Amino acid sequence: MANSLWGPLDDVQGDAGYDAAHPPRMGFFTDTSVCIGCKACEVACKEWNQVPDDGYELSGMSYDNTQALGASTWRHVAFVEKPLDKPVDKPLTTTDLGLPGMGPPGAMESGATDGDAGVRWLMSSDVCKHCTHAACLDVCPTGSLFRTEFGTVVVQPDICNGCGYCVPACPYGVIDLRKEDGRAFKCTLCYDRLKVDETPACAKACPTESIQFGELSELRERAQVRVEQLHEQGVDVARLYGADPEDGVGGDGAFFLLLDEPEVYGLPPDPVVTTRDLGSIWKHVGAAAATLTGLGVASFLGRRR
Amino acid sequence: MSPKGGGGRGDRLMVPEVEFESYYGKQIIKTPTWKTPDVPLYLFLGGMAGGSALLAEGAALQDLPALEKVARGAAAAGAGIGTVFLVHDLGRPERFLNMLRVFKPTSPLSVGSFILAPFSAFATAAFGSQVTGWFPRLGRLSGVGAAAFGPPLATYTAALFANTAVPIWHEGHRELPFVFGGSGASAAGGVAMVLAPAAQTGPAVRMALAGAALDLGAVEVMSRRLGMIAEPYEQGRSGRLMKAARALTTAGAGLSLLGSLGKGRRSRVARVAAGAAFVAGSVTLRFGIFEAGLASARDPKYTVVPQKERLAAREAARAASAPG
Repeated sequence: MANSLWGPLDDVQGDAGYDAAHPPRMGFFTDTSVCIGCKACEVACKEWNQVPDDGYELSGMSYDNTQALGASTWRHVAFVEKPLDKPVDKPLTTTDLGLPGMGPPGAMESGATDGDAGVRWLMSSDVCKHCTHAACLDVCPTGSLFRTEFGTVVVQPDICNGCGYCVPACPYGVIDLRKEDGRAFKCTLCYDRLKVDETPACAKACPTESIQFGELSELRERAQVRVEQLHEQGVDVARLYGADPEDGVGGDGAFFLLLDEPEVYGLPPDPVVTTRDLGSIWKHVGAAAATLTGLGVASFLGRRR
Repeated sequence: MSPKGGGGRGDRLMVPEVEFESYYGKQIIKTPTWKTPDVPLYLFLGGMAGGSALLAEGAALQDLPALEKVARGAAAAGAGIGTVFLVHDLGRPERFLNMLRVFKPTSPLSVGSFILAPFSAFATAAFGSQVTGWFPRLGRLSGVGAAAFGPPLATYTAALFANTAVPIWHEGHRELPFVFGGSGASAAGGVAMVLAPAAQTGPAVRMALAGAALDLGAVEVMSRRLGMIAEPYEQGRSGRLMKAARALTTAGAGLSLLGSLGKGRRSRVARVAAGAAFVAGSVTLRFGIFEAGLASARDPKYTVVPQKERLAAREAARAASAPG
């Protein structure tokens, strides 16, 4: 099996064993700078995939009562209200849509923000990253997790026996076991919709095209243009996350444009696929096994008593 | 609001808290769903069984039949009961045979299934042959087979834990196999010290002492190298378990030396007590390492801080090597 386990990988599907006639790699580009926090993505995903509810809890985490990705949450919208400690130099230009605002009419003509003076909103729809080097896929012992012809990572629920190894392996904390069911579940990138040339449910439902779906290579180009555009507008905090094939997971199939550090959104700053260190891990296991054997032999040398 | 601050519940730290941001203090990676006591007990039973298979082979070669019988029984029982715990831990236990669908070297759990299955077969056959007297030559061959799969059985579980995103397990991947191997050896020796007649337990004592030294030494080296990441080995519930394990294993070593000083009843009692302490120490160690992993996953600090340090180091290296 000539599979590479880490580093840039151009043809993920070819590496997984598909022949050259496979479709191009598909993915998501989630541009959080235009997310309005409507959660249509969460709803559409649950409806299309018939994902069960996972509790009705008021978390107190701003508008985020979903709290995290999990076995029964495959799109999770995060909300962060960051206080502005200094005024914005070059305000973002907003278009007046004639919608009601804060205060009496005409009270807020000019101004960097529309009524949210002092607060910067960060909203992001989190999802399974469908990594180039997916730790969940690498550690699955039953072969339930597999790479599709679209380059995505999918769990086969009829094979999964709920061993739970994928759960702590994921560097992003995406996949989990469904308690009542026992098996592992996660975003499939709407594999069934991809098979009939349809757009995944979340991307279809997103009203601002914050979630963009398409060929990964094209999405990466589009994202680069968007980041440069934001930098020109003075939004220096904008950065891409998961778009770099040189990163610890070989780049993500679902990557993001963030407006702050990843950990602010609950994302790992520098994720690395655990399989990168597997060679070293097995070598040390081998050395320890040899040491144990040596210990065993040495215990029988010398006097019997 | 993204709160700043770190964990460190309960115990007081002598160093200032590290500053980092998080998403409402929520953990980033998921907590392992593996059940307790199933998985920690499997770790203990696998290590004890692997070590016992080695002990049994040595006993067979040196004609120590009582030691051989105890060790073979321990190997077979450890593998059998361990398998029961493993199957019970699955979310869908009825599908346990799916573990043998594929052989994936990238999955220590897959590799382990193909270590445990032959080991169990060999260990059971060897023990059965010795107890019944049937097929003695096949029994001896099975014993050799069990001894060959024994050390892998005792150490592969370290790869299982280390090959995750859990910081305390992953970063400790160099020493963890030696911790597990040493603990398995001391457990195997300990069981034999309790159950076998004192006259034949010499090798068991030596194996237990060597295993204890390896285990204690490797834990120490690992904790020092990991720094902040190893906090769960010192703090909280997992810290208490690790401390208890250290105390029990050390007590076992002390009592072993006492038990080797004479030949009377008192030294025999000391040897049995030493064996029990070694076994208890090994069990407690496995629970400690398991709980430490859960704690390491639950606090975002252990994921965020080392990764940010790594990023900063890379940035610094890039800036240093940039021209002009």
